[in-house]
Amino acid sequence: MKSLGSIRRSFAPWADPAAKPYISFENITKRFGDFTAVNNLSLDIYEREFFALLGASGCGKSTLLRMLAGFEEPTSGRILLDGQDLRGIPPYRRPVNMMFQSYALFPHMSVEQNIAFGLKQDGMPKAQIAERVAEMLKLVKLEQFARRKPHQLSGGQRQRVALARSVAKRPKVLLLDEPLGALDKKLREETQFELMDLQQNLGLTFVVVTHDQEEAMTMADRIAILDKGEVMQVATPAEIYEAPASRFVAGFVGTVNLLEGRVMSRDGATLRIKGASGAEILVENAPDSVSSGEVAFAIRPEKIKVSPRQPAEGTPNVMAGEIFDLAYLGDMTVYHVRLADGQVVKASALNSARVSEDQLTWNDRAFVSFAPDAGVVLTR
Amino acid sequence: MAQSMASDRPDAAPAVSSGGLGKAVGNRLVIIVPYLWLFVFFLVPFLIVFKISLSTTAIAMPPYVPVFGLEDGLSGLIASLGELTLDNYLWLTDDALYFNAYISSITIAAVSTLITLAVGFPIAYGMARAPTSLRPTLLMLVILPFWTSFLIRVYAWIGILKPEGLLNQFLIWTGAIDSPLLILNTNTAIYIGIVYSYLPFMVLPLYSALEKMDYSLVEAAQDLGCPPASAFWKITFPLALPGVVAGSMLVFIPAMGEFVIPDLLGGSQTLMIGKTLWNEFFNNRDWPVSSAVAVILLLLLVVPIMLFQQAQARSLEKGR
Repeated sequence: MKSLGSIRRSFAPWADPAAKPYISFENITKRFGDFTAVNNLSLDIYEREFFALLGASGCGKSTLLRMLAGFEEPTSGRILLDGQDLRGIPPYRRPVNMMFQSYALFPHMSVEQNIAFGLKQDGMPKAQIAERVAEMLKLVKLEQFARRKPHQLSGGQRQRVALARSVAKRPKVLLLDEPLGALDKKLREETQFELMDLQQNLGLTFVVVTHDQEEAMTMADRIAILDKGEVMQVATPAEIYEAPASRFVAGFVGTVNLLEGRVMSRDGATLRIKGASGAEILVENAPDSVSSGEVAFAIRPEKIKVSPRQPAEGTPNVMAGEIFDLAYLGDMTVYHVRLADGQVVKASALNSARVSEDQLTWNDRAFVSFAPDAGVVLTR
Repeated sequence: MAQSMASDRPDAAPAVSSGGLGKAVGNRLVIIVPYLWLFVFFLVPFLIVFKISLSTTAIAMPPYVPVFGLEDGLSGLIASLGELTLDNYLWLTDDALYFNAYISSITIAAVSTLITLAVGFPIAYGMARAPTSLRPTLLMLVILPFWTSFLIRVYAWIGILKPEGLLNQFLIWTGAIDSPLLILNTNTAIYIGIVYSYLPFMVLPLYSALEKMDYSLVEAAQDLGCPPASAFWKITFPLALPGVVAGSMLVFIPAMGEFVIPDLLGGSQTLMIGKTLWNEFFNNRDWPVSSAVAVILLLLLVVPIMLFQQAQARSLEKGR
């Protein structure tokens, strides 16, 4: 398998065995009464990393963030920040700041006063506070709004004030709880890139909680997928997408086709799987650990080719079916192809030509095919 | 006068049915009702009291002159207007009793308001932070004392506070004191009575202000380096201020004119304007002077409220 490292920059301290983690969750468990929010979780985050905790609501991601901020204490386990055990340190003495999902801007204070609040707590000299506030206002482009109250600002502006307030103290770590959740789609996309630039320019460590996979994929260096208080996988966005560790991760991020089957034989790195439909699946670059048993072959829709004509004899991984549903989205077309055994395979094709000669429509007979290295074999 | 105003309503009513114009009139009618109420039951009685305060005592029925009437014609009415005098107000400034009673009332009302605030705030805060399922019960418990008559509740305090009362018996039983404390018939008893009686009026507006507050604001303050006590004064208290003001007014205003509590729990030497008013009215049968006392009391209460509201409106305008 080719490298699936960080695409954006050659920043990968997690791959360096000598690198020391900046934040370490060590066997963290958090219970609220009978409910276990976080279950024996361990996780390392490195300095200057943009780290995303991704999961559905109730997966424990916010609890994890609140434990880092100090609003909750772990039931067991410990959290280390830069080598320091955080147990017993109250939120107001932790070198982390949080941007709240509701923004939590103080309604009785102006934008300036909101941003200056944390600096005043630190007893910073007045002149220096004014300087820092001006710098922050410039950073989030809100210079003209300094004297406004939060209720006089738009949602996007409020979000920027919250951001400015939380980075004003130059925390070691910035925690962001669903930072873009309250913004509309267009603004959210713009802000994603602004957040990334900000993180790069300030050189801070960001830990962001989100339920929006696109947001996590766009911004984060690494993503931890959480489910029921446990880590499912920690990896770069590309790894999460192209090499999910389990059926859950594959299904959680993006769309996936899971073809269940049984391993027939293994020859070097090449695996033959007998699919549930009877079709044979040839897989290259299979993980070393898999040589028998029930497995799932996971393949993304864009890696499946749909054609009205049967590919040449001897081509591996060809299945016949009929077009069950299709959706024309402009830039691409999504096909739902029903195979002989009734399973529906999703495939998508980029509409790179304005007029295609291979027009497929409902109930057409079609052949789906994919390359032997287009998907991954999952045992979990 | 009240009669003639009341008869306006049926006259205006038919206009409601006539289309768009009718709707506008209908809207106005809705606003007129509370205004009419205030006019009939507040402004008219106040004007009557004000007129009496300008009259002179007389051994008659009613016990003052002049009595306005139309039996002498319009000229008689105008002539009786000339008999009105500011003497009663001058009399109030002459006798230090009234001044002292006002000052004492303001002091007792202000101190009671502060104590009620100090007692009520933690209660309201606790209620606002309680689990949502528990809040209706807590709210109910705050309102529960209203099920019993105010007068009976104040009488009950006599049984608790008197020298051989429940409180003293309990304290002697625990060994905290040897001889009974003298609480009844002192200002302490008045404070206890006022704080007890008016606590719900403080708790309810505070609760409604605190319940609306987003607790993540306090977390945000702590996150930015603010210890809990400081976060309370910088975030929670300023945001609860509308509730503090409303609750304080609801306690201060009635406490200022309170009569039952000082009469039942306070000593004979207790000076409060409500008691002075009662004495003037019933014991001295001096309606004009007691009316003047009442008018001054009203001004003392209304003027600060108006100034406050003006300031609030101005700060609201500035905020927008």
